[in-house]
Amino acid sequence: MLNVALPKGRLGEKVYEMFEKAGFACPSIREAGRKLIFENPECGVRYFWVKPSDVAIYVERGAADVGVAGKDILLEYEPDVYELLDLDIGKCRMAVAAMRDFRDDPRRTLRVATKFTNITKNYYASRGRDIDIIHLNGSIEIAPILGLSDVIADIVETGSTLKENNLEVIETIVPISARLIANKAGFKFKSAQIEALTAAMGRNGGEK
Amino acid sequence: MQISSAVLKKDEKAIFGLRELYQKYGYSQFKMSKFEPYDLYVRNKDFLISENVITFTDAGGRLMALKPDVTLSIIKNTPDAPEFVQKVYYNENVYRTGADGTYKEIMQLGLECIGQVDAYCISEVLMLAAESLAFISEDFVLDISHMGIVSPLLDEAGASPAARTEILKCIGEKNAHGVAAACAAEGLDSTKLCALVTTYGAAADVLPKLDVIRTEGNAAAMDELSLVLKTLEKCGFGDRIRIDFSVICDMNYYNGFVFRGFIQGLAAGILSGGQYDTLMARMGKKAGAIGFALYLDMLEQLSPETPDYDVDTVLLYDEGADMRALTETIGLLTANGKRVMAQRSVPEKIRYRQLLKLQERGVEILENNA
Repeated sequence: MLNVALPKGRLGEKVYEMFEKAGFACPSIREAGRKLIFENPECGVRYFWVKPSDVAIYVERGAADVGVAGKDILLEYEPDVYELLDLDIGKCRMAVAAMRDFRDDPRRTLRVATKFTNITKNYYASRGRDIDIIHLNGSIEIAPILGLSDVIADIVETGSTLKENNLEVIETIVPISARLIANKAGFKFKSAQIEALTAAMGRNGGEK
Repeated sequence: MQISSAVLKKDEKAIFGLRELYQKYGYSQFKMSKFEPYDLYVRNKDFLISENVITFTDAGGRLMALKPDVTLSIIKNTPDAPEFVQKVYYNENVYRTGADGTYKEIMQLGLECIGQVDAYCISEVLMLAAESLAFISEDFVLDISHMGIVSPLLDEAGASPAARTEILKCIGEKNAHGVAAACAAEGLDSTKLCALVTTYGAAADVLPKLDVIRTEGNAAAMDELSLVLKTLEKCGFGDRIRIDFSVICDMNYYNGFVFRGFIQGLAAGILSGGQYDTLMARMGKKAGAIGFALYLDMLEQLSPETPDYDVDTVLLYDEGADMRALTETIGLLTANGKRVMAQRSVPEKIRYRQLLKLQERGVEILENNA
């Protein structure tokens, strides 16, 4: 039985369709309700919905053999997993944004508000810039408006939230998309199933 | 007194069994102190799995560390004798800081082969690694790679130090799209490096396919891999021995064979090893070396062997009971192989097969659960 951790939400539904097309259907998953675990013994697959940021934990710890997680989560938490495929969906970018009239003063320590402290730290370290990280859990856009930070580092999809808050992207840190990940040990013992899944999802990639 | 294997936990069984196995091949036990001068670890910080070392100042004012690793101590304390091979095994606790910042004591069992390491030595260590895994579970996989195959491919591609780090990380993640992207960013040909990611599987299947990644630079390592794996074929492990270049170790320390062992039911590798001539050279030794470690604390994660009963018999006695009769009854029961717990009243949360009560006229059976 292949255990699959799917990210709850719109992206997860899209991802499930890809698994279905790859031959790992589980019709009961479409039934309305609050159930979180769904199984189709015929296809040898068990799905469970988890919080998107937890998918990598389920996979790294072996509770799931495979899962789908955003590249942002993989870069932030650096789980020890295989990254088998770029699913090319859920595309966005991790970017630095600031108020429209912001002028960077390289002589000063830059105050950066973000949810993604590891990615931010690595990015500025690679550029040799001294920063003061302010870790926030949400509504990051408010930080520069209230003077809490100079800039923010966050996920940007369309940029409309930034625009509405008078912010603009000043640098792109890294492009993001959903990735198929696998537990390293699980891969050894279910390699045929995981390889078949990866190959089928790779083939169907263009049909999304 | 004989020890029944039933009372041993999985890690204890492994320790006894594997010590016997290693001794059979001429490995002797290496005992070491729990402490080492901190300086030893500072100079080789990247070699350690966990960067945070637990330190303290000794009575003489020296900064000491609770040892986070065994290999460095063995290298330090083994005389440099490159003309023959010193074979040692160890069974030691190491001290590391977990991801959550808490201190952890980890039981580690492993072996090291230091000196004139040749193809036979490598085959023997790999065979013992596979035997060790097989001792714990028949359902195991030993992944083997060779840094002498991977490293020249990066050199020949002309990757910059930053791209090299990124490409190695992607190879370790079986991330072919990441390798291709990192190569594309520097205008490098990714064909052979991507083939490294996709070429893996049972040694017998993969060996004939390795020509796709063969170059002048890695030909010698390729021949060595082939020779060693063909020797291992004779040990009868079949497709449990696999070639997988995603086993990546730090090239500042490891140079030749690197390997990792997995057991069905464990979420991560339980065995890790490699050839570390480069580390030896960094520590001023001329000899070569290869070894591996097993992280026995991980065995706790396997389905626990919970016995149906905590004890076979709970024997109740009253305050004024005849002590001699009580001791004799317990002696009789234990002599018959029973686990007996003497109590004044029935203890909570203890599962027992039989509840007995010592009376003046003899032993009365109050309850029988089995």
